[in-house]
Amino acid sequence: MMSEIPYLAVVALIAIGLYIVMFKRNLIKLAMGITLIETGANLFLITLAFRSGDRLSAPVFTSQIMGGSAPAYSLPTPHALTLTSIVIGVATTALLLAFFMKLYQKFRVSTVDEMRRLRG
Amino acid sequence: MSFYDSLIENAPAIIIAIPLLFAFATPLISKLSKVLRNAWAIMGVLFSGALMYVLAWEVFRDGGSVARTYVFGGAEGTSFDVLSNIRITFYVDGMAAFMGLIMATVALGAVIYSLSFVKKYTGQDKYYTLLLLMLAANFGMVFTGDIFNLFVWFEVSSVAICGLVAFRTNRGESFEGAAKYLIYSTIAGLLLLFAIGILYGQYGHLNLEYLSAAIGADGTILIVDKIVLGILITVFALKAGAVPMHMATPDAYSEAPAPITAMMVTASQAGLYAVFRTGWTLYGGNISRAAAELDLIHAVGYVLVILGLLSMFVGVTLALVQKDIKRLMAYHAISQTGYMLLGVGVGLAVYASGDNTDFSLYGRTALAGGIFHIFNHALYKGLLFLTAGAIIYKAGTRDLNKMGGLGRDMKMTALFFIIGALAIAGIPPSNGFASKFLIYESVFHFNPVIGAIAMLVSLLTLASFVKVFYAAFMGPKNSEMKTGEVPRSMLIGMSVLAGMILVFSFLPSLVLSEIVDPAVTALAGPGPEIGTNLTLFSGQGSWNALVLLGVLSIVLILGILIRSWGQKGTVPNGEGKKPYLFGNPTEVNGNPIVVPASNVYWGFVKALQKYYRPMEKMHSGLINEYVFWFVATAGMVMLALAFL
Repeated sequence: MMSEIPYLAVVALIAIGLYIVMFKRNLIKLAMGITLIETGANLFLITLAFRSGDRLSAPVFTSQIMGGSAPAYSLPTPHALTLTSIVIGVATTALLLAFFMKLYQKFRVSTVDEMRRLRG
Repeated sequence: MSFYDSLIENAPAIIIAIPLLFAFATPLISKLSKVLRNAWAIMGVLFSGALMYVLAWEVFRDGGSVARTYVFGGAEGTSFDVLSNIRITFYVDGMAAFMGLIMATVALGAVIYSLSFVKKYTGQDKYYTLLLLMLAANFGMVFTGDIFNLFVWFEVSSVAICGLVAFRTNRGESFEGAAKYLIYSTIAGLLLLFAIGILYGQYGHLNLEYLSAAIGADGTILIVDKIVLGILITVFALKAGAVPMHMATPDAYSEAPAPITAMMVTASQAGLYAVFRTGWTLYGGNISRAAAELDLIHAVGYVLVILGLLSMFVGVTLALVQKDIKRLMAYHAISQTGYMLLGVGVGLAVYASGDNTDFSLYGRTALAGGIFHIFNHALYKGLLFLTAGAIIYKAGTRDLNKMGGLGRDMKMTALFFIIGALAIAGIPPSNGFASKFLIYESVFHFNPVIGAIAMLVSLLTLASFVKVFYAAFMGPKNSEMKTGEVPRSMLIGMSVLAGMILVFSFLPSLVLSEIVDPAVTALAGPGPEIGTNLTLFSGQGSWNALVLLGVLSIVLILGILIRSWGQKGTVPNGEGKKPYLFGNPTEVNGNPIVVPASNVYWGFVKALQKYYRPMEKMHSGLINEYVFWFVATAGMVMLALAFL
């Protein structure tokens, strides 16, 4: 049960993020929603790294966690993936916020309803 | 080992390293001199493109099914074992080399065109940096053999594209287009990351080859496999711009500078490539598969056919009513993407039905037509976007109602436009016809109704390009417009693509057997030749462009002869003085009725207003709703795959 809590958090983060992006009209909230989805995806990768039992993988370190008898270890690959994904996330979020800032300078746009010059 | 051999061995990495190196050195070179920077950018595209051509030639010589593998971090002579290595690999087989050729060709045309096109703007160093970065990302997406690496290239491509869409900072709209495209592709990218996480959690590897062997290895398809498949297909279809995930695509296409739009077509085709790889290689890996997996791939084939049909029809009908020239062409890009999805989807569905005679009879033809159409589309759509850029460059407006008479001064541009328009409408003897011919005939065999829809869409495509030609090049000239032809570098850029179109038009069978066939072999294994002796065989009929060309030239000579017998010169004060108008002139409240150039098909639109009204509501411009459509489609695809 305890080990499933991170997965529940992943589902909650992604669901809340998608809800915000689909139904909230404020542009800054939109950027926050995207960041939430990103956090959820990163947490998912990190959670996947923790394994127990014998597997044909390269563990970083082994220790007895959560009182189990099988050796528990953490895979290095998901951490590398998460690091990459965080860097990419910073780039996209910064670019998105820059676009929103310029849109506000040009048209005084702060909500999605006003950002619809291109349509049809 | 000779220099050439080691060059070929390392080519997959070098092809990506060159644009990356040139990209990040461009701002430095730009400090020295502007001419040097332009030459530097062209050199970057040229070197990497030339190496791509050499590599493709080597791959095609082997027949396409043998992949050139490059293992990052692997010493020379290291044997690569997917089980024990967690290294990033590049695989270049026939399909990847085919896509690389397209990207190299279009990028060369685009970067030469850019020299004059962006001359008046500031920030050109950043422009060329991002352009080269986008090229590297395009190559990366098609070469990579590692699914997480695919995600990285996906994001690099999105960021570079969005930066370029927002290049013209004086226009606020460009930020809007870029923001919408970025939101769309970021959410897609994050869902992709989530799917990659699931795959890693299940199989413990990220290598596509390993995953392909592991999925369904014990004869059963797990529910997580289906979820991942649904996400992958939807995400890559979004990148390709398939309906109903297309809404941000026209916004970004129409706001980007014209050469960038031409390259964005190839970037979206990298998404299409990923769709095909997911269906054919990742999930359809080995032929001797359990029934469960074949059923799943069969369902994927039908999903692609449905997405293709929607894209074709919705794209073309919305293009018909546009008044912004680039937006109109962007909707056509969506519509043409539908043809590729349709051709490859039909191929996949027939392939997975397990009937080998059907597959060699028309399934393989459909697949070849869909893949051939990718190259043709990149060429003619790239050319059309470049001509649209030339029109906007001279006319100073993108509104079809405000331009006119440009054909008098821009004869070369008009000629290039005609070449592109004939090709996109699939008029023989163009290259567009050659690939559409294969799609029509094989799809008609698969399902006559779908084949008929494919032809109808071509008709509507022709109609809307007649509208653009009429509005931009014909009619009286607007006196406020600048006169004269566009600068030479823009003409050279356009002629690179136009020349390729002509080669492809007259020698389609040669292109098919030398370039397309290895790509088809890489996906579906070897099969019968489709093009021999300069003739294409679809299984039902055949097509030879040179024969038609001969007939057309005889007709042309006859026409010139007949014309030379007639009276010379024009009749003074004759009909030639007045523009010809259809019907009787009518007045309403004392004003003559004027139909703007963008609305020449008002009768058609009015008759179909029950269709157009909801479409207008769907394309509301609200990014929330667009994301909703994307999430809903992903859900529907997953449900369809889970229960079919």
